Amino acid sequence: MIEKIAKFLKTPFACTSIAVVCGFMVACGILLVTGYSASQSLAIMVNSVFSRPKFIVNVILKSTPIILTALSVAFAFKAGLFNIGAEGQYIISTVFATIVGILCDFHPAIQIPLVILSGVAAGAIFGGLVGMLKSKFGIHEVLTSIMFNWIALYFCNYIALSERFNKPDSDGSYPINPSGFTLLLNDWKFSDQGREFLRNNYFLNDVILKTDFNLNFLVAVVVAVLSWVMIYKTKKGYELRVAGLNPDAAQNAGINVPRNIFYTMLISGALSGLAGALSITGTSLHGIQSLAMFENYGFNGLSVALIAGSSPVGCIFAGLMFSALIYSGQSLQFKIGAPSEIVNIMIGVIVFFVALVRIVPSLINKFLERKAKLDVK
Amino acid sequence: MLSNILIAISITLMYSAPLTLAAMGGVISERSGIVNIGIEGMMSIGALAGATVGYFSNNAWLGLLCAGLAGAIMSLLHAVASITFKSDQTVSGIALNLIGPGLAMFLSRYFFNGATLTIPVPAKLPKIISLKSLQNTAFSNLNIDVTVILAVFVVTATWFLLYKTKWGLRIRAMGEHPAAVDTLGVSVYKSRYFCVIASGFLAGLGGGTVTLAIISQFTPTAISGQGFIALAAVIFGKWRPFGAYLACLLFGFSQALVVMLGGGTVNIPSPLLAMIPYVLTIIMLIVFVGRSSAPKASGVPYQKGER
Repeated sequence: MIEKIAKFLKTPFACTSIAVVCGFMVACGILLVTGYSASQSLAIMVNSVFSRPKFIVNVILKSTPIILTALSVAFAFKAGLFNIGAEGQYIISTVFATIVGILCDFHPAIQIPLVILSGVAAGAIFGGLVGMLKSKFGIHEVLTSIMFNWIALYFCNYIALSERFNKPDSDGSYPINPSGFTLLLNDWKFSDQGREFLRNNYFLNDVILKTDFNLNFLVAVVVAVLSWVMIYKTKKGYELRVAGLNPDAAQNAGINVPRNIFYTMLISGALSGLAGALSITGTSLHGIQSLAMFENYGFNGLSVALIAGSSPVGCIFAGLMFSALIYSGQSLQFKIGAPSEIVNIMIGVIVFFVALVRIVPSLINKFLERKAKLDVK
Repeated sequence: MLSNILIAISITLMYSAPLTLAAMGGVISERSGIVNIGIEGMMSIGALAGATVGYFSNNAWLGLLCAGLAGAIMSLLHAVASITFKSDQTVSGIALNLIGPGLAMFLSRYFFNGATLTIPVPAKLPKIISLKSLQNTAFSNLNIDVTVILAVFVVTATWFLLYKTKWGLRIRAMGEHPAAVDTLGVSVYKSRYFCVIASGFLAGLGGGTVTLAIISQFTPTAISGQGFIALAAVIFGKWRPFGAYLACLLFGFSQALVVMLGGGTVNIPSPLLAMIPYVLTIIMLIVFVGRSSAPKASGVPYQKGER
């Protein structure tokens, strides 16, 4: 019996769950100390996510970019690289997807791939540059990534405010041409026929009409599975992991480590780029805004990847949870005036405990060893 | 011309002071073998504590001290996780970066009736050189905060500690080969705790410098990425105090360049100007700095008795 419990507690799933529970407990503690009702807050948070079909769909839609940036970070992690530049790769991708989406206007069958590919390419170039600077000049990837984040931010502001792309009287660009939208049933749901049909169906009305209904989430799931296959089931993936775990051993075994660094960052950047491009094609406003500060899509991806322990499939679930927390934080502020930042604290505490609970398996091993010794006696 | 140079010097020193303090924290921690990616979080909490205590106590110096202490308390979390629990230092650092800004804004709303801006402190930290009295001469543009002097002092002290004392030798050795230090009877755990807490204190001071000397209140964007810039400066400076200080001065100077070129004399869109520091850094890295090699044991948890 004890062995079974011990075995379960050693699984990554159990460890992460413990961390999540700890995160909730600390957040409740803070709410209590500052004079808010913890049970009421929790009820509001659960309600704000599950009480309407629209909310659930919105959480899923909003999780898509975070899952993709998390995959980007997790992929780099597996190869021993720390891609703190997912933020910049995301931003630069939205910028180029917007530029191409505004300048070109083809049939959707050409336009959509074109817009998405230009975003992916922009992200890949940014990631690849970081990889190249590391493999060619030995410059730490964290350092260059931080610089590229800021370059992307200011470049975004430059394009969003430039004469050609700025939408008058706004801080943002024009939306891309509708031929590049990846919204589902977009024409139909605003047509008379569609409105008429949806009016009689509460569920579909909520899900389709009231949200930016799209299939980007499925793309994220497919990409997660593909990354898993790539990392664990291909020769290239094996090389990446070996190079990450022990570069010297990899080099000795004939793996070209510098080239691996470059490819890893290229793919990692492309994944963050995909996140950015899909945000532009799939969600309104379909354009970029001038940013005073980072929007944290990349940094959130970082947290999600850490919570998921860099498992590609874990990123999907961690991303959904993350998205739900952010979404519910806003209504917490709206409903009882508790600062929405409590959610950020909660996520931070979860990540902190994710770091701490890595000790659980070794503690259990020690416990089992001691027990075994006692049994022998 | 002279007045322009003096303005540039003033702005450079002003912007580099908080970065320098935080970067020295990073240097100490990383040289002892603990990666400190959580500088941003510690700076944020320091910035809030500084502005809040400065406002309520009406004493900027007390505010600065509390900023340091708040950063130190935050860093204690990092120390416990990475030294005692031997967890992944990057993960717990990132956790601090999430908790720090979140907690800072939460507390700001708590103390200031739901506002994410604190009420400005009545008196900022004093200026050590302010020649406003010499109006109409170029020298009236020279303004140097007392924190600039503090920063230079901390850089020198860090250098002295690391390179001229027995303790410093041990700290540096700990970052390369902790077991060797342990065999000499020095407690790696205790020393690393000291280094991480010191780094939190300095990062907190850096945050307090922003809200008590540069601007006079806490705002959600007061720190916004400066912790990461400080982290970049540590790597840029190859984990050496004066190297990191030079990197901070470079970032400060680029800011000054942005402010001055933005004055309307040159017709460049301001976002492109703002990009200069970062592009410049990458070029400098490729041309002058090159290969960055971290302390060998940095990021590796130390387990006593393990081979």
